This record gives sequence, structure tokens and C-alpha cells, in this order.
Amino acid sequence: MVAVRLWGSLAELADGQQTVEIEAANLRQLLDGLARDYPALKPQLERGVSVSIDGKIYNDTWATPIEKNSEVVLLNRLVGG
Amino acid sequence: MPKDEFQARDFKIVGTRPLRPDGIDKVTGKARYGADVTAPGMLWGAVLRSPHAHARIVSIDTSAAEAMKGVKAVITRADFTYQPDDPGLADVLDNCMAGEKARYDGHAVAAVAATSKKIAHDALDAIKVEYEVLAHVTDVDEAMKPDAPVIEAGRQQENVPAGLSENVTSRSKYGHGDPEAGFSQADLVIERSFTTAATHQGYIEPHACLATLGADGQGDLWVCTQGHYMVRNTCAGLLGLDAGMLRVTASEIGGGFGGKTHVWIEPVALMLSRKAGKPVKLVMSRDEVFRATGPTASSSIDVKIGMKKDGTITGATATYRLQAGAYPGAIAFLSAMCGFAPYDLENVRTEGFEVMTNRPKAAAYRAPGAPMAAYPVESVIDELCQKLDLDPLETRLKNAADEGTKSAYGPTYPAIGLKATLKAAQSHPHWTAPLGENQGRGVACGFWFNFGGDTCVSLMVNPDGTVSLSEGNPDIGGSRASMSMMAAEELGVPLDQVRTIIADTASLGQNEVTDGSRVTFAVGLATIKAARHAIEIMKERAAMTWGIDPEAVDWHDGAAHPAGPNAGKFPPMTIKEIAAIASNTGGPIAGHHEVNAEGAGVSFATHMVDTEVDPETGAVKVLRYTVFQDAGKAVHPDYVEGQFQGGAAQGIGWAINEEYIYGEDGRLQNPGFLDYRVPVASDLPMIEPVILEIPNPGHPYGVRGVGETSIVPPLAAIANAVSRAAGVRLTSLPMSPPRVLAALKGQ
Amino acid sequence: MSQIHVTATINGDETEFLCDPTETLLDVLRDHLDLTGSKEGCGSGDCGACSIILDGRLVCSCLVLAAEAEGRSVETIEGMAEGDKLHPLQEKFIEHAALQCGICTPGILVAAKNLLERNPNPSEEEVRYWLAGNLCRCTGYDKIIRAVMDTAAEMRGAA
Ligand code: FES
Ligand code: FES
Repeated sequence: MVAVRLWGSLAELADGQQTVEIEAANLRQLLDGLARDYPALKPQLERGVSVSIDGKIYNDTWATPIEKNSEVVLLNRLVGG
Repeated sequence: MPKDEFQARDFKIVGTRPLRPDGIDKVTGKARYGADVTAPGMLWGAVLRSPHAHARIVSIDTSAAEAMKGVKAVITRADFTYQPDDPGLADVLDNCMAGEKARYDGHAVAAVAATSKKIAHDALDAIKVEYEVLAHVTDVDEAMKPDAPVIEAGRQQENVPAGLSENVTSRSKYGHGDPEAGFSQADLVIERSFTTAATHQGYIEPHACLATLGADGQGDLWVCTQGHYMVRNTCAGLLGLDAGMLRVTASEIGGGFGGKTHVWIEPVALMLSRKAGKPVKLVMSRDEVFRATGPTASSSIDVKIGMKKDGTITGATATYRLQAGAYPGAIAFLSAMCGFAPYDLENVRTEGFEVMTNRPKAAAYRAPGAPMAAYPVESVIDELCQKLDLDPLETRLKNAADEGTKSAYGPTYPAIGLKATLKAAQSHPHWTAPLGENQGRGVACGFWFNFGGDTCVSLMVNPDGTVSLSEGNPDIGGSRASMSMMAAEELGVPLDQVRTIIADTASLGQNEVTDGSRVTFAVGLATIKAARHAIEIMKERAAMTWGIDPEAVDWHDGAAHPAGPNAGKFPPMTIKEIAAIASNTGGPIAGHHEVNAEGAGVSFATHMVDTEVDPETGAVKVLRYTVFQDAGKAVHPDYVEGQFQGGAAQGIGWAINEEYIYGEDGRLQNPGFLDYRVPVASDLPMIEPVILEIPNPGHPYGVRGVGETSIVPPLAAIANAVSRAAGVRLTSLPMSPPRVLAALKGQ
Repeated sequence: MSQIHVTATINGDETEFLCDPTETLLDVLRDHLDLTGSKEGCGSGDCGACSIILDGRLVCSCLVLAAEAEGRSVETIEGMAEGDKLHPLQEKFIEHAALQCGICTPGILVAAKNLLERNPNPSEEEVRYWLAGNLCRCTGYDKIIRAVMDTAAEMRGAA
């Protein structure tokens, strides 16, 4: 299981849980698992999220590996100028 | 160690300051920008825009315009028969050509293509539009009230609390700990409200394109944009075309700063061309640029920070309300993430609201959301320092985030450079220089993420051994020079042997737009890897020639060398020698690399500024300005400095002069450079750039993006300098003379 | 509406063109003569991207009617280099990295050349005020001012 930290307004949708546990070894499994276990998060997951894994930010790459003890933080999907 | 991890090394070319390769074209007027091309049989396009802030379009009568001599096509929304199913794309379409309603002053309602500019404009006058004027709202706080006129119902996300207007489309919250508990440990808590005005990116080149679209669905588009792949994908999605049938070529680009990461006129030009059966050139006027493109969000913000006597921040909260313009999708969540990012805080909470108003759809502007996030936070920290008699740099250092800090937006930082910028500021002579009467010195920190994204690069070794590099990101600030430098460095060849071009959408795979300070990082990464790929091929070719194992070949100084005990004694083969026999050893030599470059490194800056306030007029003069920023690795220091200076200058404009002014009627009152005043040469001092290099662990050369962070601290740095000079805290941007005078009088 | 026939000297060459009475000199340079080095940033005299020299005077070509050019001498960015030999200002702009996107560069070079012809030894303040009508959004002006000052010094040394 990987501990995933949610940002505040997302946590509110996950019954106030700031951290949720998901069975995942990579980014795709993580996103799929979140949508499956926490359907209330689905609208935001569909709009897009960024995921910080051990301090590096990932947007898309499904195969990005996630270790059991990785620090995983969900973020609004980042955009730049 | 994976190959894209940073490895310390000595550079031969990277870090030097060679002349830029596109320089001569640009100083002689030869460089071709968006409006500089023509096509045989070309028509001129023009767009009719709403004079109302909010109005239902009852009817549009184009018959008189169509009957005019020389008019070849008139279009309205009715001509866009393809309905994109993606709500984001539908918004882009509606913004390019209004459907049921005109949502802001300047919203496009019809367009014309004619044989001359003059006929096109005369034809616009002949189009009759009947409007039913609706109540409007342009102020963010007003637009949030439950009884405000609603721009579009049904767009609210599930995260918005009840009781707010439907104009509030989203809310995001970040933070950790318990700020209330933190405030109770503080010796002083300051809570203040701030506002910032909407500002425009202000690129000097208006949007322009030349479009050709046939009835067979094949098209060509020449356009000034930060991302021609984005333009292709968006236009294809809006018009129901196959992306592969539309070839988009990026012109030279006359500035963008985020404002050219969107589509504004291109689908209109394509539609006009399809209807007229001829190429159509469409160029915006400055008035149109101000009224209908850009700007950034205006904002209204509350910040509360508690501090101990020793300078420790015990608790911090911020609420950001950002005005998104006529469609959902501002960047309040970025404000909520960035505001406290420079600090190591136990108790922090931020909240961001995005709010629709009757203004042009807000566009990205250099580090979107971050300048207005840093401004109130850094202002309140400065005021706490003043009241607790603390040194503002020392206090920031005491609270500064570092490697291992849990950031205010969640993740734990890897190696970062904030402390280095603060220490450099402390030891710089600027910090201790004397100040005169009515003068004040301000400092502020800023943070930005930087980005990676889809990137595709090809590197061809030509038969004579020279190198052609194709990349897919428009060059705004000298990136072709940087790419040539990285390719030459990796290949070990002289810089003048490499030429970089920006390829069109048919020549390379998908490339993310030039945004988020991504180019030097992501395209640089792909360039280095494409060069390494070519080197592998050249090593194989040399090995084949020598009849040895490719593993027994080394590459350095632009040549293959036999290496290892069993390689044999062969003289090195240079890139030229290998290229000359390429046909005999397997054919052309080309390296390429395709990647979604993730893992860009964050960046920090500290700015220091001296200002003088004229007590008679309220005018603010910037006397001295120094930028301290972490660049990771400065590939071409001249252009890194240029990014620092340019961002600071835009921030100075935002702080002191620039402002979208709306009248009671909801119309923009200052859509021109005379009344929307960007800084001119005589407004500014020299801007001293101090480059720090704390390598990004995720890039082979340690590169971080540099383009955006420089606009984050100036708003606060100047507000702090002005507040100290004036002896009163200013909480509203811009700090234009009347505002400063009012603050001085209210003292 | 009938067109006006105009003869003017443009970058040293006698040039004839037809124009509409309402067309600006900038329109004609760009749309009829394919001299697109002069840029339109505003069309209202506020940005300087269209700067040209008309009979020795620095003007915004967007504010001059094309018909007014009759019998006069027009110098644009395209006439600044002599063949492949760049003007010292052009060289120094590249050397000092005084351009990023480069859209303001033609106008600024034309304006700076006119300044140095009038005042070979301008102070920093004089350069800043002379160029105050030429907007640059990319550079913060720092490297532009340095490039102009350095050119002036070098041209004085060479003279
Ligand atoms: S285009 Fe002439 S001054 Fe701007
Ligand atoms: S270099 Fe871009 S406007 Fe001056």
C-alpha cells in the first residue's frame, strides 16, 4: 500500500481523510485505484491532477514507479505561462 | 545512476556567452514574425467585437456586408457547425466567436475576409447586430455575491461551498497543521486584505496568422504562438479536422509571456479561408489585443500571519479570490500552492477561489497565479519584521525552506536554492548601501514550479559532418542558441557546426507549448539525449570500420576513439570522417529523442529594490534593483540574465503602473499603450542579475527553468520598498500616484 | 476611391508606389513594398516598433500618411546595414544580447542610430529618455542601454 496525501479540498471529498492508502506500484495503478476506492474524487481526477513522487512532479507517465515508502502527494494539475 | 540524473562535469560550451545564431536576421529586419508573410491571392480578415460587457445576441444581419464589392466571406458562430464535445474546447470556441451571448467588451461576434484591409473594416460597419443588454459584473468580490449577474450557470465544481454565486467555479485548499493553534503561540499576528489589478502580458507583437483551409480538410497555418502543436490540436478539435491534415508553422514570435499559449483568432482565420476558398491573413489591433486576449486575473486576498519575537512564523493563512474572466479556469489553485512555498511552516492553510466575470478570459501570464500569491504574503512578513524590529532577510532565512522541508503545498523539497539566494542578497553591497530621504528598500522571495512535458527532438548528422537540430518549441528568448550549445557540448564539436531550427507540426512529433519555463529543461534534455543517440550510432559505424566491438569505442572531442585493452590501435575517426562514409556503413546518421520530460526542478528567487516616493505627487521611482535567482545551470548566462531582468521589469510595471480599468458600463477604458502604461526605458534603472547555480538533480546538466520565477517577487519587493519609504503600508496594486498620495494623506 | 501616386527615396533607392489616401506609410512599407522590418505594435504612436527616419527625423511610420512621403527620404531598418556589413549598433545588439524576441529591435535600432547621429556622447539618462518611446517588453532595457552606450563609445573611438 502507498500512502497518498490529498490537498485540502480533495480531502473534504474523501470524508476528510488527508491521507488515503492505495495498492499501487506505478502512477497508473495509483490513479485507477483512487478513482475506484474514492469515487467522489473522480470529477477532479478526470479534470487532471499532478502527482509529486518523492519531491518530483509527474503529470502523465503511467509507468512511473512508486515505492512502498515513497512520498506521494496529489496536486492540482499544474499549468505554466 | 540513470542517465538523466545530474552529473557534475566541466563544460566547454555550456555556460559561455556565444553570439546568438538568429541575431543577424533580427537586427536587420529580415526575421519573419506573424504578420510578415503573404500568400498569393491572400485576403484580409477582420473581426467585429461586442461593445457590451454582457449581452444576448438576438440577431446578426450580414447581408449588407456580404453584398459589398471585395467581400469574400462573412462568418458568425452559425458557421461553426462542428460541436466539440470537450467542455474546455467548447469554451475556446465560444471565446473565439460568441454563441448565444457576448460575455465581455471585445468578445468576437462576426468576422469578414475581403480583398483589402479597408474593405474588410468597412464591411464590419455594415454588419447589423441586435443585442439585448444584460446586467454585468467585472469585480471579483462583487461577482462572488449570491445575487451577482451569472455569466454561465452550471459550471460550478463539486468543491465549491454552498451560498456563493454560481460565478464561483472552483475552490482549492492546501496546507497542513493547525494555523489557529499557531496564531496562539505568536507574539504578533497581522491580518490584512489586498487587491491586485488585472495586467496584460503586453507582448509588442499582436496576434497574427495566415490561414489556408481547403474544402478537402487540408490546411496550412502560419502563426505567432508559444505552441504550434497546441494550435494545431485545438483548431482541429474546434473545426472537426484531422490534426494530421493541418500543418502549423510557428513564425518568429514577438513575445508571449503566457499570452500566446492559447488560441484566439486562428480558428476564425481558418473558417474564413474555408468559406472564401483563399488564404486569409488575420492580424489583431492593439485595441483588440487588450480587449480580447490575455490578461492575467485580478485578485482580492486576505492574509494572516503570526510571528514570534525571534522571527519564527508560527501560523499562516491566505485566501485568494481570482477573477477568471468570462469562462471557468483561472489559476487560483496555483496561488494557493505558491504563496507560502518559500517557507518551512508547521501550520499553514491556503484557499483559492476562481470566479467568472464579464471580462476577457484570463490567460496564463509568466508564473501564473504566483506573483499575486507572493505579494500579500511577503508584504505581511515585511510588516511583521518592521513591527518586531527584525531584519527582513535574516527573518526570511530563519523560516526559509530547504532540502527536506515539507512544502506548504505538500511535497518534501529535494535540493533547492532559496537559502543561497537569501545569503547572496545579504552579502551583496546593495543591502548595506545608504538610503536618502523618502527612499525605502524592500526585499521579497518568490517561488515557481517549472515544467517538463511532451518533447520531441531530431538531430541529423549531415554528409559533411555538420549537425542540423530540429525542435518543436518556438524560440522566445534565445532557446535555439541554448539547444545548439547543448548539442555541441554533448557531441564535442564547435558550436558553429550546429544549426537549430523550429520544425513545423508535420516534421516532428507532439511538443508541449513553450511555457512553464520548460524549454531549456525539457527540450535541452531531449537534445542531449538525441545527441547521445547519434553518438551511439557513430560509435557503431566506427567500430564497423575498424572491425571491432562497438563497446570498445569511446566518444569524446567530436570523434570516436578505440578504447579498452582489446580495441586495437586505430587513429580516432572524427564526426566528419564518419559522416563522409555514412552511405557505406548503413545510411544516414540521425539521433532523436521523444519524451514526456517529468520531474522539473522548482526554483526560487530573492529580489531587492530601492524606491523613492515623491511626497507631492505620490509618484514612485525605482532607483536600484537586484535579482538573486537559482538557475540550476545557466546554459547561456546572457539569456538567463535577460529573463531575470525582463521578469523584474514586468513585475515593476504590475506593481506601479499597469492596470485594466473598467467603467461603470463594463467596458475597458484603457485598451492602448498610452493609457495602459508598461515601463519605458526612462522609468527603470539597470537591473542587476545575480545568477546562482544549485544543480537540478533531475537534469544531466543541472538545468532548471528560469523564465518565470523572476516575475514573482517584484510586486512585493516594490510594495515593501514603497511602504517603508512612505511610512504607510500599501495594500493595493498598482501603486499609482493617486493611490500612493491617498495613502500618504490618510496617514 | 482613386489611388495616389507617390515617389519617395527609400533606403537610398527611388521608389514609386500607389496608395490609398488613408493608408499609413507603415502600411505601404509592409503591405506594398514588402519592407516588413518595421513592425506594427500599436498603430497609434505609442510603441515605436514602426520607427523610421523621414528626412533625417525620427518618426512613427504608423502616424505618417503614405502620401506625405512624396519627394522625401525614408530610412528603415532594411537600410541600416551596408550590404553584409552590419552597422555598429546592430553588431553591439547581438554582442550584448540586447534582444530577446526581437520584435522591438528594428525600431529601437533606428531610433538609437538617430540619437547617435545627433549626440555621439549621450549619458545613460539621455539614452533612456530618447528611447522612452520604444517599448520593449522582454529585456527590461538593461542590455539595450548598455549596447547603445557601448556603440557610442566605440564609434567615438573610431572617429
Ligand atoms: S506601431 Fe507605430 S508606434 Fe506603435
Ligand atoms: S526583445 Fe521582445 S519586445 Fe524587445
